[in-house]
Amino acid sequence: MAKVLMKGNEAIGEAAIRAGCLNYFAYPITPQSEVAEYLAKRMPEVGGVFLQGESEVAVGYMIFGAAGCGERVMTTSSSPGISLMSEALSYIAAAQCPAVFVNIMRGGPGLGGILPSQGDYFQAVKGGGHGDYHLLVFAPDGVQEAVEMTMNAFTLAEKYRGPVMILGDGMIGQMMEPVEFPDNLKSEPSNKDAWATSGMDKRKSDKRNLVRSLFLDPTELNANNLALKAKYVQMKKEEILYEGYNTDLDYKVLIVSYGTMSRVCKTSIDMMKEEGIEVGLLRPRTLFPFPEEAIFKAATRESCKAVISIEMSMGQMVEDVERCVRGQRKVDFYGECGGDIPTPEKIIEVVKGLL
Amino acid sequence: MQTEIKFAGFGGQGILLSAKLLAYAAMKQGFFVAWVPSYGPEMRGGTAYCTVVIGDKRIGSPIIKNPTHLVAMNRPSLEKFANDVKPGGVIMINSSLIPTRSNRTDIIELIVPANDAAIKVGSVKCANIIALSAFAAKAKVVDMEVLRHCVMDEFSAKPKIIPLNMKAFDEGVDIANKS
Repeated sequence: MAKVLMKGNEAIGEAAIRAGCLNYFAYPITPQSEVAEYLAKRMPEVGGVFLQGESEVAVGYMIFGAAGCGERVMTTSSSPGISLMSEALSYIAAAQCPAVFVNIMRGGPGLGGILPSQGDYFQAVKGGGHGDYHLLVFAPDGVQEAVEMTMNAFTLAEKYRGPVMILGDGMIGQMMEPVEFPDNLKSEPSNKDAWATSGMDKRKSDKRNLVRSLFLDPTELNANNLALKAKYVQMKKEEILYEGYNTDLDYKVLIVSYGTMSRVCKTSIDMMKEEGIEVGLLRPRTLFPFPEEAIFKAATRESCKAVISIEMSMGQMVEDVERCVRGQRKVDFYGECGGDIPTPEKIIEVVKGLL
Repeated sequence: MQTEIKFAGFGGQGILLSAKLLAYAAMKQGFFVAWVPSYGPEMRGGTAYCTVVIGDKRIGSPIIKNPTHLVAMNRPSLEKFANDVKPGGVIMINSSLIPTRSNRTDIIELIVPANDAAIKVGSVKCANIIALSAFAAKAKVVDMEVLRHCVMDEFSAKPKIIPLNMKAFDEGVDIANKS
């Protein structure tokens, strides 16, 4: 298929349709409202459903309902909206239902601002909702990757029977880039008959399926938590994605950065290369599972003297980077938030300060 | 090799569309492109600006402090961004709305009375197309025939206004060639 020029938000909407998602429920919020605008038009064309909920709390449970019925379902929102959905996220994880959540992050906390941010790393990776659960979290760095990750998210949500999150930022949502929709990322129909409350007539089964998150018997609850844990262990084995940039050379500094921020870092790395300074970048493409071993290896390369996590936040992923480096190198941090994305020139100044 | 073009003006002047058409043309020619809007809480009458990045390899930072060229559709835009343009770049000034100049000698100034020319062509609404084609003809960032086709494609759902926009496109090129 030929390349088309699309906004990240619209491309995410189209990617969901191409992946076979016929249910999209949402509540508008900048900077991701174009997803709803796009799918409000597109869903009826493909026989799907777009419903605007009365709030993000309601949307969260609409997602839970559709997912529990075995329907392929997605919602998109931005930071404050994701907070409101977080209770449902915990329930969906506990009940082991596949669903795709997209967070096009804006500045926070509170209502914050509408410009790009990466302030929801902790929320996406460490929880958001209550209880022992994780989301599989993808971090795209542009429109093409947002499309591929969204399409793949449906497959993985069904593989692990749980919620998957695309963690983008306002820049990725608002920016237009050329994009191709790969045919090979269409999801296969899921084996939902074994668990979905799709109706016993429809699936011609004698087995009653039950979707629930309440387990009053401690043994039963423990078993459910162990089942969830087993999935997270499997994700750590099978789903870690990352990219190395300039990491085959003897770099003095290793930057760890993701999403839009990592692209600014790449430009800084190219500019420093012209001055004869080699800097490497390790870009996690999944934030959970996190590329722990890859970061340890890249950080402990003999030439590497310092590691720095660069984020559009006040310092969140840096805690995981420190954990991965295991005290073998000093781990620094640089970040800005509020909407102004650090420029390549600023990153160069910061990195040179480490040399 | 990377070229960055900043389009700036009032909300409602068609800044985002002009920029999109340029990005679209560059994409059709096989370049990597990114169209990066400033999406602040702006509305009609507020300021709007947008940067198009065109490169022969994957675009890194979408955040551009110093663009190669500037298309200024109103006075605040010229005042705000004229000094950011890299030496040797083109600064297009919409002289219908901007009585001042860039006060720079290290850039190429292109004076285009975009609104007046648009009214002459048939509608002030196509001032953005005149600015786009005049700028593109001067700065030579994309093939003009490809760009012309992109403008035509953009209005394919409203065939009635294609002739007006084609006339505007040619007028812009004419102004650039005569300058």
